[in-house]
Amino acid sequence: MTDPAGTGQPAAADVRTSRLVTTLGGLGALAGLLIVVVFRWTQPSIQAHKAEVLRQAINEVLKEPDSYDTLYLVDGKLETEPAAGLDRTKLEQVYLGHRGNGGSVGFAVAAAEPGFQDVIRLIFGYDPKTGHLMAMKVLESKETPGLGDKILKDSAFIGEFEGAAVPLNGVKRGSGKAGDASQVDMITGATISSRTVIRAINQTIARLGPIMDAYARNATQ
Amino acid sequence: MTHGAVEPASMTHGAPVAPRARRPVAPREDLLRGVWKENPVLVQVLGMCPTLAVTNSVANSIAMGLATLFVLVGSCVLVSGIRRWVPDQVRIATFVLIIATFVTVADMTLEAVAPAIHKSLGAFVPLIVVNCIILARAEAFASRQSVGRSALDALGMGFGFILTLLLMGTIREILGSGTLLGRSLFGPSYEPWVIMVLPPGGFLTLGALLLVVGWWRQRKAGRAVPVNEPACAPTVGKVA
Amino acid sequence: MGELTWIFVSAMVVNNFTLMLFLGLCPFIGVSNRIATALRMGAANTFVLVMTAVCVWVLNTFVLVYAPYLRLISFIVVIASLVQIVEMVIKKVSPVLFRELGIYLPLITTNCAILGLAIFQTSRGYDFLEGLSFAVGAGAGLTLALVLMASIRESSELANIPQPVRGTALVLLIAGSLSLAFMGFAGLLSSG
Repeated sequence: MTDPAGTGQPAAADVRTSRLVTTLGGLGALAGLLIVVVFRWTQPSIQAHKAEVLRQAINEVLKEPDSYDTLYLVDGKLETEPAAGLDRTKLEQVYLGHRGNGGSVGFAVAAAEPGFQDVIRLIFGYDPKTGHLMAMKVLESKETPGLGDKILKDSAFIGEFEGAAVPLNGVKRGSGKAGDASQVDMITGATISSRTVIRAINQTIARLGPIMDAYARNATQ
Repeated sequence: MTHGAVEPASMTHGAPVAPRARRPVAPREDLLRGVWKENPVLVQVLGMCPTLAVTNSVANSIAMGLATLFVLVGSCVLVSGIRRWVPDQVRIATFVLIIATFVTVADMTLEAVAPAIHKSLGAFVPLIVVNCIILARAEAFASRQSVGRSALDALGMGFGFILTLLLMGTIREILGSGTLLGRSLFGPSYEPWVIMVLPPGGFLTLGALLLVVGWWRQRKAGRAVPVNEPACAPTVGKVA
Repeated sequence: MGELTWIFVSAMVVNNFTLMLFLGLCPFIGVSNRIATALRMGAANTFVLVMTAVCVWVLNTFVLVYAPYLRLISFIVVIASLVQIVEMVIKKVSPVLFRELGIYLPLITTNCAILGLAIFQTSRGYDFLEGLSFAVGAGAGLTLALVLMASIRESSELANIPQPVRGTALVLLIAGSLSLAFMGFAGLLSSG
């Protein structure tokens, strides 16, 4: 800043390029500095909140396990410690819950599928010992308020997934056979959203089910 | 070096720089102008994107309004403070850089302080950068006026924006969900007018508000007033 | 439905940038008087959207993994420079096209649609092809909305509209009806 204060705005013609660069560069550096400071300051609570949200979701779908491990999907197998060269954030993850006595509870698995309006993201608990679901929780959806968003709020629908056998079979409320564990009553007025949830779970189980079963068998041997 | 340039901002306080400032303007006028007479949304037709996108509930409207107010006041004060040191050619680039910095700060702070609201506002927090109100005030007012006047102007415009968002949010939440700030108003028998919290409701509510404002201004003036076209086009034209 | 088709259809109609996400409203309100103009504006926007998608992918893949906090600033800088470069290149290569599109290019810089695309592309973690599909779909959606609005405004030009409704209020009310119509596309995406 060669210009002493008080001369007002410099005329457009007689400004050197170096001055333009210094002004922008200096301001840019200052802006970068400020952002890094705020980033450092806010990041811990942002990360803590994200971890807390995930922990709560896992607790809910695995019925309050005493602890859980994160498993990474590498080459069709689940591993607790992927090789050092792999970027853990890019690998698909499932969570294995444990009881205090060392027995495993089941897997918490995330799934996503295009719904009525946009992608619906959910997490569900799966018990490989019985082949049944433990619970389901929708994490993110932009479904129509009052209709499709019942997949988030309708406790009867959410309860349907507890103990349901996979693959699931969506039926109209009251029209299914009694005693069929794979049957899920869909929400009237939110058929597409209900079906999306069911399809997301079925597809994920079809893809990951055998892998989780194999992991559970190896772990108990 | 640049740091030194930012610091003595207060020295320029009150110094009339713009040739326009012939008669002294009362601080009250600077502050109140943005609230009604030159309301950024209802009269200047700026910042439509957040006004329509996030006003499906009162809580979202307040959060978006406060974030915008923070960015607006911060940017305008800084722009005014360094206006003598910034060469004309890089003026707009500097403004955009300043605004983007404040928005990043606001975005990260909101995510740390109120994660739930941050999530429901989604991409519209970073999109404050392209809210025409901020660039328009920085360019049309703050880059020519003293720090004090710019701060008052930004505060007024920000409050005008918050009031408009609040009006939209209240109308849409009451009609669309039957609630106010999440509390049920009419009991379970009320069938909410769901379309009001969906995108069409935003367009229809703002359209109706602009209609009422246009009618009111015409009646007050006793003649046809010129129709307000969005003013962002000429402002943006100067960016390139 | 294939992933790429899905992204395209989603961006074009189901989650149309203008009518569902309120992005790109300035040209939608300001430059929608004539169908021909609307088409050119749409084309210019689509072009810049696609270029942005490519740049954002490069930034996200090679630069921002090291400094995620500089995302917004780098997007803005890249978009602003991109529009300038595109303007210069078009001027050099095809003066005719420049005369057609030139005046719209500066209008695009702080258009929310461009930055919106960059932000959504990042938060959804699209790869290169998905990003391209998203950009083309978003551009097609913007053009569709602009042309629809322009054709309605052209037809209603000679109608005797009361003074207070004219201008932005009318555009918003029409946009509301269009948006209502576009809600009918929801559900198109779920294949079952």
